[in-house]
Amino acid sequence: MQHVVIGAGPAGVVAAETLRKTQPEAVVTLIGDEPEAPYSRMAIPYLLVKQIAEQGTYLRKNPEHFRDQKIAIVQGRVASIDCKARQIALDGGNAVAYDKLLVATGSRPVSPPIEGIDLPGVTSCWTLADARRIAATAKPGARVVLMGAGFIGCIILEALAKSGAELTVVEMEGRMVPRMMNDTAGNLIKDWCESRGVKVHTSTQVTSIEKNGAALRVNLNSGSAVEADMVVSATGVKPNIEVVEGSGIKCEHGILVDRMMRTSDENVFAAGDVAQGIDFSTGDNSVQAIQPTAVDHGQLAARNMAGSQGATHRGCVNMNVLDTLGLISSSFGLWMGADGGDSAELLNRERFRYINLQFQDDVLVGATSLGLTQHVGVLRGLIQSKTRLKVWKDRLLEDPTRIMEAYLASTQAVGFNARIIK
Amino acid sequence: MLKALQLEPEKCTGCLQCEMACSYENEGVFNPSKSRIKVFTFHDEGRFAPYTCSQCSEAWCLHACPVEAIVVNEKTGSKDVIEDICVGCKVCTIACPFGTVNYNADSGKVIKCDLCGGEPACAEACPTDAITYVDADHTGLERMRAHAAQTVSKS
Amino acid sequence: MAWQRRILRVNLTDETCVEEPLNMDWAMKYLGQRGLASKYLMEEIDPLVDALSPENKLIMATGPLTGTMASTGGRYSVITKSPLTGAIACSNSGGFIGAEIKQAGWDMIIFEGRAPQPVYLYLENDAAELCSADEIWGKTVWQADEILHTKYQDPLIRIAAVGRAAEQGCLYSAIVNDRHRAAGRSGVGTVMASKQLKAVVVRGTKGVGGVRDPKAFFKATSEGKKVLSDNAVTGEGLPVMGTQVLMNVINEVGAMPTRNMREVQFEGASKISAEAMHEPRESDGEPNLVTNAACFGCTIACGRISTIDPQHYTIQNKPEYIGASGGLEYEAAWALGSDTGIDDLDALTYANFLCNEDGWDPISFGATVAAAMELFELGAITTEHTGGIDMSFGSAEALTKAAELVSAGEGFGIELGMGSKRLCEKYGHPDLSMTVKGQEFPAYDPRGIQGMGLAYATSNRGACHLRGYTVSSEIMGVPVKTDPLSTEGKPELVKAFQDATAAVDSSGLCVFTTFAWTLEDIAPQVAAACEGSWTPESMLAAGERIWNLERQFNLAAGLTRADDTLPKRLLKDAAKTGPAKGMVNRLDEMLPLYYESRGWDVEGVPTAATLSRLDV
Repeated sequence: MQHVVIGAGPAGVVAAETLRKTQPEAVVTLIGDEPEAPYSRMAIPYLLVKQIAEQGTYLRKNPEHFRDQKIAIVQGRVASIDCKARQIALDGGNAVAYDKLLVATGSRPVSPPIEGIDLPGVTSCWTLADARRIAATAKPGARVVLMGAGFIGCIILEALAKSGAELTVVEMEGRMVPRMMNDTAGNLIKDWCESRGVKVHTSTQVTSIEKNGAALRVNLNSGSAVEADMVVSATGVKPNIEVVEGSGIKCEHGILVDRMMRTSDENVFAAGDVAQGIDFSTGDNSVQAIQPTAVDHGQLAARNMAGSQGATHRGCVNMNVLDTLGLISSSFGLWMGADGGDSAELLNRERFRYINLQFQDDVLVGATSLGLTQHVGVLRGLIQSKTRLKVWKDRLLEDPTRIMEAYLASTQAVGFNARIIK
Repeated sequence: MLKALQLEPEKCTGCLQCEMACSYENEGVFNPSKSRIKVFTFHDEGRFAPYTCSQCSEAWCLHACPVEAIVVNEKTGSKDVIEDICVGCKVCTIACPFGTVNYNADSGKVIKCDLCGGEPACAEACPTDAITYVDADHTGLERMRAHAAQTVSKS
Repeated sequence: MAWQRRILRVNLTDETCVEEPLNMDWAMKYLGQRGLASKYLMEEIDPLVDALSPENKLIMATGPLTGTMASTGGRYSVITKSPLTGAIACSNSGGFIGAEIKQAGWDMIIFEGRAPQPVYLYLENDAAELCSADEIWGKTVWQADEILHTKYQDPLIRIAAVGRAAEQGCLYSAIVNDRHRAAGRSGVGTVMASKQLKAVVVRGTKGVGGVRDPKAFFKATSEGKKVLSDNAVTGEGLPVMGTQVLMNVINEVGAMPTRNMREVQFEGASKISAEAMHEPRESDGEPNLVTNAACFGCTIACGRISTIDPQHYTIQNKPEYIGASGGLEYEAAWALGSDTGIDDLDALTYANFLCNEDGWDPISFGATVAAAMELFELGAITTEHTGGIDMSFGSAEALTKAAELVSAGEGFGIELGMGSKRLCEKYGHPDLSMTVKGQEFPAYDPRGIQGMGLAYATSNRGACHLRGYTVSSEIMGVPVKTDPLSTEGKPELVKAFQDATAAVDSSGLCVFTTFAWTLEDIAPQVAAACEGSWTPESMLAAGERIWNLERQFNLAAGLTRADDTLPKRLLKDAAKTGPAKGMVNRLDEMLPLYYESRGWDVEGVPTAATLSRLDV
C-alpha cells in the first residue's frame, strides 16, 4: 500500500502518523514545500516574542521522529495530480505513485488588492521566514501597522504588542475578530486593546501604502494616514487548492469532502485548512481552518485511507480560543445563534467578562466567552455530544455562568444519570 | 494493569483537601485555584462533585496540541503536559470536551492532572474515599469512560 | 511562615485600601485570628466607643493555619466591639471565605470609619476596591450573594455579607459567608452594617505557602487527621449526626433549657433531634437531612444540609425555599425549638434558613422569642404589641412569623431585634432575660451542668458555649470526666478550657477538633507551620494571654465583676426534673476560686503580677 500525504502541517503529519499506526507495512510519504522540519504556525507568535526557539515550533520534537516512524519526508511542490494514473508530479518533474492520496496543503494569506502591498516592509505573518523578518523589525518603539484584526491578526497582535512596538490595528469590519466574536465581545476586545495602548481602527480600510523616506505611510479611507516602519498584513487566508487544479477533484472555496474526508475521487482525500469539510453545527461544507479540525480531519482521513470499513464523522465543531494581551476569549459552534433557538447572555463591561450561550431546544449549539479560562472545553463537550440539558437549560438562561454545573449534572456520574440529583 | 482515579461524588463532603493536596504537590503552595482536580458544589441539591481528567484514550488535548507538549506517560497512562514545551496557546483547553485542561495565567501554560506520576496526592488526601486510585477496569471508571466513548461516537 | 504577613486596612470614611505589614512581634504572642485581632482592636480603639459609631473598628482575621491542609484550617473570626454586650466580640465562622482571604495573600482585613454610601469590598489578590452597594443594599444575603456571583461571573468568589436585619439595626445580626456559615454571635453584622459595608467579596489565587517545615507539617497534620477519624465523636458522631447529636443526650441529663429556661427538659426534644432529621417524612419520603458538608479543609464535616418538607405551611408558594440549604445545628435547634417549646422540625428549619438568608443569630433570636413568649404569657406583651401574633409557647406560627419580621426589620421584629435584655427591660421584667452581659444563653442549662454556669458568667463575649466548653468534660468525659452536678474543680476546668480554646481559635482551627485533639495534637501542627516555639505549654500560655487581653478590653469598656453573673432564675429557681432536680447553679462557690486561679483580684481585675507574668 502506497500512501502519499501532501502537506506537512498538523493535518498531514497526524494523518501520516495515523497511517503508520494503522498499517505498519504501508509506505507512507509526506511531501512538504518548506525547508524546515514540519512546524506549527500556531506557535509562531510565541517564536516572535522569543518565548521559544524555532525548534519549539516543530510539530514533533524528536529529530528522528519521522525516520523512526518510517515516514518518508520529501521536500517539494506538487505540480499536478493525475487521479486516473494515481500519481502526482512534483515541480522538477519527479512523479510519485499512490494508492491513496491525502491533500493537506493548508492555506495561505491573501493579500488585499491595495497599492503598495508589495513594498518592502509590508509582510504577512504565516511562515517561519515571515516570522524571522518580523522579529527583526518589531523592536521597542518601532511603528507597526497591523492590517486585519481577525483570529490570526489578533494572535500576532499579542506578539507585536509584547515586542514593545507601537502598534496600530486597522480592521475593515465594525469590530475585532468579526468571524469569531459577536458585536459585544468583539468591541470589548477592542476596548481592552485600546486600554492597553494599542490603537485600533475598526470599520476602516487601508486604501494604499506608500514609501515615505525610510518608512511607510499607510493611508486610510477615513482620510488620515499612519506612519509605519512595518506593515503586517493579516487580512485573511485562502485554501491552497491550486494543487488539484486539472485533476477533476471538485472544489468550492476549498476541496469538497464527504463525511469520510473523501474528495470526489475515491482515492483522494483532503484534510485541514484546504478541505471544505462538514461543519458539525450546520451540516454544510465549510473551510474552518483551525488546528483541532486539522487534526480531526487528518486522523479520520487516515483511518479511511487505511481501512475499508468507512469511518465517518458528524463534522467538526468550529471553535477558537484567543489571548489578546491577556484577555482570553473563545467561541464555539453556532456562536452567532441558531434559527428558532434562544440564548443566555451575561456581560460585565468593567471587568471584561462575557458569556453568551446559544441553544436549540435544550441543547447547547454555540457559545462565546470572554475571561473564561477554567473548564472552557465543556462548551465543546456539550455542543458536540448534543446533550439534552433538561432543567439545566432554564437555569443557564437565568445564569449562564453555571455551565460547569450543568455539564456535570447532565453528563457525569454526579448528575441525573447517576440518579443522585433528581 | 493501569490504574485510574475513581471519583464518587456520593461520598464527597466538599472539604477541598484534594485541591490543597494537588496544588501543593504541583505548585508547592496550598492553592485550590491551581488544583488539577476541582470539587463542584450543587448548592440547591446539597451535592459535591470532585472532577478531573479521566485520562481518556481519545486524548483530545494531546492530539490538538500544535507543539507536542502533551504526551502519554507510559507508566501510568496519563496525558502529561511538558511545561517547557507548552507555549500556552490554549487550543487543548477548548479541544478537551471534558473541560479538564485549564490555562494558568500565572505561568502562561496549561495544567492538567498527571496522576502525580502514579501516586495521586488527591486520593491520598481525601478523608472520605470519594477519590480513590484503583484498577482501571473498576466500574466507576467505566462509567466515566462510557461517557467519553459516547462523546466520541457522536462526534 | 504560614502567616501572609500582610494586613489590608480599609478606611471606609476615606474609601482607601492600604496594605501594611503584620506586626510579627504581636503574632509571636497572640498567634493570629482571635488573639492577634483582639490585640489590634485593643491598641486601635478606645473600648468606651459606641459600638455602632465610626470609631469602632471591625476586623476579619485568619489564623496561621487558615488556608492550609491542616484539618479544619478554614476558620476566620470577626473581632469588634459588640453592640449587644458592649464587650469585645469575636465571632468565628467556617465555610470558605477565611481561607479565601488567606489565599488572596492577607492575614486580616481591618475596617475603620463609616462609608458615606453603602459599599462592598471586592478583594482579588492584591487588588482591593470599594464598590457601590446600590444594587445589593436592602437585599437579603442570599440575593446579594447571587447578584455578586452573577456580576463577577465567577462561581469561585467567596462572599460574606450582612442581610436586611443588620441594615435595620437588629442587635444580634450575623455576617453570613458562603450562604450558610456565619460569624453569628454578638452582633458583629450590626457593626458591619453600621459602617455601610454590605459585603466582602474575595477571590484569592496566590495560595498559602512558606510552611516552615513542610515534612513535619504533613506528618503532624496527617497524624491529626487520623486522630479525628478514629475518634467516635469527630469520626462518626459529628459527620453522621452533626452537633444535633447532643439534643437527646443533653435532654436526658436534664440540662436542656426549655421555655425560656423555666424547665430543664423538653418533652419534644426527640422530634427536633438529629435522629428526627434522618427520618423520612410522610409527604415526600425524604428525610430533613440531605447530606453532611465540610467547611474548607475539614475532615470532620459536621455541617448539615437540609430541606424543608415541601408540604409545610412555611413554604407554600415560596419555591425559593424548596432546595437544600444549611440545616439545624444543635444550638439553633435548641433556641428555636426547646427554648420556645416548639417541636415542629420544619418550622425550625425554615427559621434557620431565614437566619442564614438575612443574617441573624438563631441563638439570640430564639432566646429572645422565648422571653417574649414568657412576657406574653404574663400579659406584659399583648397582641397589640406583636401586631396580632399569638406569642404562646409552642406556637410554630409565632416563631416563623417572628423570624420573617426580624429578617425584614419590620413591626414586632424591630423589638425582637433588640435582644432579650432590652426587650425584657422595656416591658418591665428584666429578670426574664436569660442573658449574661446582654447576650443570650446557648443550649446547656447551668443547673444541670455546673461548670457551664461559670463559663457563661465569665465568658468575655457574654453568654457563650464556645469560650469554655466544659460540656466536653462534664458530659462527654473529654479529656477527663467530671461530675456535671458538682462545682469541685470547675474553676480550674473552666480556666483551662477557656485558655485552650483561645489558643485553638487563634490558630485558625475549629474548636470542634478538641473533641478529639488536645494541644498535644495541635501544637505540632502550628509549630511545623510557623516560626516561633509553639508547644502545648506555650500555646496554653498564649491562650491565657489572649483571655486576659480580652478581659482588659472589657474592664476598660466599663464592665465589672457585677457583669460576671447569671440571671436570677438559674441561681434561685431549682431544676424541676431530671438528674439536677432541686439544684440551682452554684456560681457563688466557683467565681471567687476562678478569679483566684486566674490571678485576678476579688473584683475580677488581673493583678499587675498576672499581667506581667503573661506579658499582656
